[in-house]
Amino acid sequence: MSTLTTAPPGTDGDRRSRGVPPAAQSLLRGLPLLPSVLLLAVFLAGPIGYCVYYAFTDMQLTGASGTHFTGFANFTRAFHDADFLNAVWLTLVFVVGSAVVGQNTLGLALAVLMEKAAKPVRSIVNGVVIAAWVLPEVVAGYLMYAFFYSQGSLNSILSALHLPQQNWLYTLPILAVCLANVWRGTAFSMMVFSAALNDVPQELTEAAEMDGAGPWQRFFRVTLPVIRRSILTNLMLITLQTLSVFGLVYTMTRGGPGNKSQTLPVFMYQQAFQNSLIGYGTAIALVLLLVGALFSAVYIRLLKLEDD
Amino acid sequence: MAVAATTTPKTGTTPVTAAPRTLRRRRPRPGRAVVNVLLLAVSLVYVLPLLWMLVASVSNLNSFRLALPDALTLDNFDAVLNVDTTYRPMLNSLLLCGFATLVTVVVSILAAYPLSRYRSRLRRPFLYTILFSTGLPITAVMIPVYSMFVQVNLIDSMPGTTLFLAASALPFGIWLMKSFMDGVPLVLEEAARIDGAGAMTVLWRVVLPLMRPGVVVVTIFTFIGMWGNFFVPFILLLSPEKLPASVSVFTFLSAHDQTQYGQLSAFSIIYSLPVVMLYLILSRKLGGGFALGGALKG
Repeated sequence: MSTLTTAPPGTDGDRRSRGVPPAAQSLLRGLPLLPSVLLLAVFLAGPIGYCVYYAFTDMQLTGASGTHFTGFANFTRAFHDADFLNAVWLTLVFVVGSAVVGQNTLGLALAVLMEKAAKPVRSIVNGVVIAAWVLPEVVAGYLMYAFFYSQGSLNSILSALHLPQQNWLYTLPILAVCLANVWRGTAFSMMVFSAALNDVPQELTEAAEMDGAGPWQRFFRVTLPVIRRSILTNLMLITLQTLSVFGLVYTMTRGGPGNKSQTLPVFMYQQAFQNSLIGYGTAIALVLLLVGALFSAVYIRLLKLEDD
Repeated sequence: MAVAATTTPKTGTTPVTAAPRTLRRRRPRPGRAVVNVLLLAVSLVYVLPLLWMLVASVSNLNSFRLALPDALTLDNFDAVLNVDTTYRPMLNSLLLCGFATLVTVVVSILAAYPLSRYRSRLRRPFLYTILFSTGLPITAVMIPVYSMFVQVNLIDSMPGTTLFLAASALPFGIWLMKSFMDGVPLVLEEAARIDGAGAMTVLWRVVLPLMRPGVVVVTIFTFIGMWGNFFVPFILLLSPEKLPASVSVFTFLSAHDQTQYGQLSAFSIIYSLPVVMLYLILSRKLGGGFALGGALKG
């Protein structure tokens, strides 16, 4: 990537450096980076530093005056807190269920099927799936709330089909938010996989077909191995996106009823602002941040291998 | 925000569409009908909630079920089109997202130039930090941001929230902008240099005009992301008169009883319209589909 961007050393560099010492020159060249470095330092690195610090204090919403350093107390508390463990479990269900299984599989299936579909059908699928993705998070949450509501569309469909109805948002809220996240987020995976499938050399699949491989074999033995890199990258990205979903869940259920759909971001928010336990909330935020950082590191590792 | 790093289109490569494949002649297969039916069924499930919103907004029934209304009415739109419900939240959204987008775009153009043009020992670590930050869950830093804003008295401040929104979109903006800038050839730039133009003149006069599509993409993308952002203003802004539309949809939903769903649908449509329009412009600009093509090779 960098090869095409760098001027050969010595040609235009020399001309510009006339009369300017090299150190000053490289400072001058880096100057346009300053606003971004400042903004990132103040608004991202700053809060992350705060996050690490506050996570070890007993800070409350009322102010910093009574804040004490408490060591690992918040973390010890978290790992003995049934609500926290519940939130970890629900987050795992949410991420694995809606992203790793839901969005990833559905996105891949749609992308594969769309390659074989008639053109108008392809446009329709593209249109509606992407529409759900473009809508603002809160609107998507509202629509899904209405869809799963006890007197909502889903139940009227089920009753028309003579299937048992459910009060989805009360009996199975985590399933409802998972399906909502699949509805909202699949477009991303679909687009990633459509692009990836487009890069699979046609000769490969055709050669396999000549050798007598059926469609399933072609898919699992040829296509999947070729696009495995895209699958990995996609998995990292949708996991990161799903980990930080707040608005969708909060609009639909507010984590309830009780704590039955309380994923980590919702739990964190409620501890910090409704129970006024900023220190405890921050400790949970730190856990979330570390998990996110881990996935993010794996993700750039994947890109790096490709880059070098 | 993690969407960020995948979209690294280079100005040179046109977005991948299905074109080369569809040109190939395919033998009609019996499986194709099944595929079409299956996809249409999925589309139907997908479109139901959207359809419900559209119908509910013009229906006189106020029902959660998707039902044909007895009569079409614009009463719901009439009811929400006033300063408190629609105009002020929309204006707040526009101010917050507009200024934040402006800051993000200008700052990322500035940052992208040295990253794209000069080689330095710090370049790679900086780029990896940027890429790493695109993946960090912004949700997780909101509580410390809140505590920090309380201490420096920036809570409930529109400029403070604007700057935070701008900073949170910055890693994505810089990454994308740099990728676009990499696609601008050096030759023209060198000609301008020989004529004695400085780095900034070259950037604004030569490089930027050549990457205008890239700048448009970053601008629209950043704006769409901010327009839909709920958590940041929800945490950082308190006064009702400062809240943007994303938060007011939420408060509307929690404040009213079930008889108001027609109005909420109408408002949701008004609120969603700008980003849907922008997305349509974006996808047309990139030749249909989405510019993810070429991004995730491997």
